[in-house]
Amino acid sequence: MNKPATGIPPASTYFMVPESEREEQHTLAVVVDNEPGVLARIIGLFSARGYNIEQLTVSETEHDKGISRITIVCRGTPKILAQIRNQLSRLVPVHSVADLTMEGEPIERELALVKVRGEGDKRIEALRLADAFRARVVDAHTGSFVFEITGKTRKVDQFIQLMKPLGLIEVVRTGIAAISRGPEAMKM
Amino acid sequence: MLPMGFSKLSAVVDVEDEKTMTQEITGAQMTGAEIVLQALKDQGVKEIFGYPGGAVLPIYDELFQQDEIKHVLVRHEQGAVHAAEGYARSSGRVGVALVTSGPGATNTVTGVTDALMDSIPIIVITGQVPTTLIGTDAFQECDTVGITRPCTKHNYLVKDVNDLARIIHEAFYVATHGRPGPVVIDIPKDVQFATGTYTPPEKVRHRTYHPQTEGDPQAIEQAVELMASAKRPIFYTGGGVINSGPAAVAALRALVKATGFPITSTLMGLGAFPASDPQWLGMLGMHGTYEANLAMHDCDVMIAVGARFDDRITGRLDAFSPGSKKIHIDIDPASINKTVQVDIPILGDCGRVLEEMLRLWHEKKAEPDREALKRWWDQIDLWRARQCLAYENRNDVIMPQYAVQRLFALTRDLDPIISTDVGQHQMWVAQFYGFEEPNRLLTSGGLGTMGYGLPAALGAQAANPDKTVICVSGDGSIQMNIQELSTAIQHNLPVKVFLLNNNYLGMVRQWQELLHGNRLSESYVEAQPDFVELARAYRWTGIRVEKPDELDDAIKRMLETEGPVFVNVQVANVANCFPMIPAGHAHNEMILSEEVKSSEEAGV
Repeated sequence: MNKPATGIPPASTYFMVPESEREEQHTLAVVVDNEPGVLARIIGLFSARGYNIEQLTVSETEHDKGISRITIVCRGTPKILAQIRNQLSRLVPVHSVADLTMEGEPIERELALVKVRGEGDKRIEALRLADAFRARVVDAHTGSFVFEITGKTRKVDQFIQLMKPLGLIEVVRTGIAAISRGPEAMKM
Repeated sequence: MLPMGFSKLSAVVDVEDEKTMTQEITGAQMTGAEIVLQALKDQGVKEIFGYPGGAVLPIYDELFQQDEIKHVLVRHEQGAVHAAEGYARSSGRVGVALVTSGPGATNTVTGVTDALMDSIPIIVITGQVPTTLIGTDAFQECDTVGITRPCTKHNYLVKDVNDLARIIHEAFYVATHGRPGPVVIDIPKDVQFATGTYTPPEKVRHRTYHPQTEGDPQAIEQAVELMASAKRPIFYTGGGVINSGPAAVAALRALVKATGFPITSTLMGLGAFPASDPQWLGMLGMHGTYEANLAMHDCDVMIAVGARFDDRITGRLDAFSPGSKKIHIDIDPASINKTVQVDIPILGDCGRVLEEMLRLWHEKKAEPDREALKRWWDQIDLWRARQCLAYENRNDVIMPQYAVQRLFALTRDLDPIISTDVGQHQMWVAQFYGFEEPNRLLTSGGLGTMGYGLPAALGAQAANPDKTVICVSGDGSIQMNIQELSTAIQHNLPVKVFLLNNNYLGMVRQWQELLHGNRLSESYVEAQPDFVELARAYRWTGIRVEKPDELDDAIKRMLETEGPVFVNVQVANVANCFPMIPAGHAHNEMILSEEVKSSEEAGV
């Protein structure tokens, strides 16, 4: 019954050319009015249109004006990334969108809290490595530490990797906050 | 007609009156329901379409106590939204629908999505359960803003009555600025009862949304230079030209005349350029004309205006107009380079950009390459000579194409508004009904919503009481909102339904015949109502016609009969709509009807 018929054109019209361009990772800064549902709107846009979102950081930045800044790390071909920028910029509560990666290498930082349980040598080694990574001890017990580490994603990744054999039991990360270099502020 | 001086004087007086009124109202204390009515009045709303229910009763109570805004009671909330769309599309004003919470709101989703896809400016006001009950799974509660977030241009949940007026004015601004679209305002019942301060429209300025309307002058200049150097140019226009308004239509017509270029358009753009003009190639796309599609495929410069390169237009993307430089004018940044990469993108209102192009074209004394253009037109004329819309007419049964042709011949002088549903009849209207003016065709282009036609016609009739409004429909589509027959009677909306009845879901059957081995899975509608009797039960005039020689009389009777008339035209049941670009094929791979002349016959 369901054998494909031969000599008949495909029955679906949704014939898209496969993307052959290379994917890139970009960091976007999106300034929005902090109104209810604005984050859902942005996330919904990504899921509805099939864009990849890798990291998302949101916080109010100007309380009296009700403005929030969202940092999005996303991945796609240059064409898709341009679409993402355009789709974001036409959302009604969006003030402005900047592709920080396109504007130059932005400063990107994230914060992680890392809980490590261990005793003896492992405990000393964890403390020593934390010092090398400039991670701070924010909670200490006889059998555990919570470290606070700030830095580029790669540095945080590396620190977490090193903590694994030393008794890592829990991690929480903020996702990155990013800002452009130089004297210029983001256009509003 | 009043003498000019007098009417001017009275206009001044009106403005004065409005000013004093507004001043009185500024800062006035009102209930939420009063604010809704006042804001709608201040926005110039005269008619709204709706259906009452528990969570909007305060607003309906206010509606009852005033005369300025007329309410059209539909029979299903989807009908209210399509009616608002028809109202908007036919008049250029914003359409407004008012419904209750829960099922009232969810029933609007299809219409709202339809308006989003076709860029129709409408406002949908939904009632909501009181704020204290939100989130408790209350009776007739649903997450309206959550459900409609992806299918609106923007939406609001009003939690404070003091925000209500501002939000309504903002909603009208958002719906009509940039690429138009639907806006939903969800108003909890306690907010409708609460008292707050009214903010008049002129005090509202949007914080974030200010779309760019002026095109980049450099890009416009480049575009004009490219156009002047074109050898095989074509204009490809869309609904954006009509949305932009009469100035855009005038500028487009002038530019097409000044350049002498051929022009084709999408379904949504029909009427922006007169179909009787020799430069008009007919609609393009899946069921577009042979000449329009081949001209698109072979052109060297394409000027896309307010169109979005939909898959029904482009066919196979990697074979879409392979040799052309493309200019794309659009107000929506996300429509540019979405599926087709263009060479000169111009972000802006197409009316403003076209006017600027026209000015530059004249200023530069630009001349098209006359010789090349002549060769191009010779080629186009050869394609035209094949007469791609030809079909075999019959004496024993009405061919659907013939029915549309006769409808056109007998109604064209009335300059009617035509709404359609979705399917074969819709494409036949696009192919055989020659639209001369914009805002005359109401059709669901993007979403393809069966059931759009009848309520859209009602909305158009409400906006244009003196015009002839005809809904061309199919036996499948009409049944998706047939309950609105009742609305027409209640509100004296004398629309005409011209039903092409073939007992099939015709377009589905055609695809099954051509693409699925003629296995007609569920496309035959075995138990059909007697539409004429059904229409009469709704107190419409019903007319039945089955023979080609009776068709003209039936159409004349339809036009002469006062009030709503339903004409059931029994048509040949397995006619196909050609030309057709099959799925995943290019513009130059059309299937043509057997009646189309071969290249030799046409002298190609």
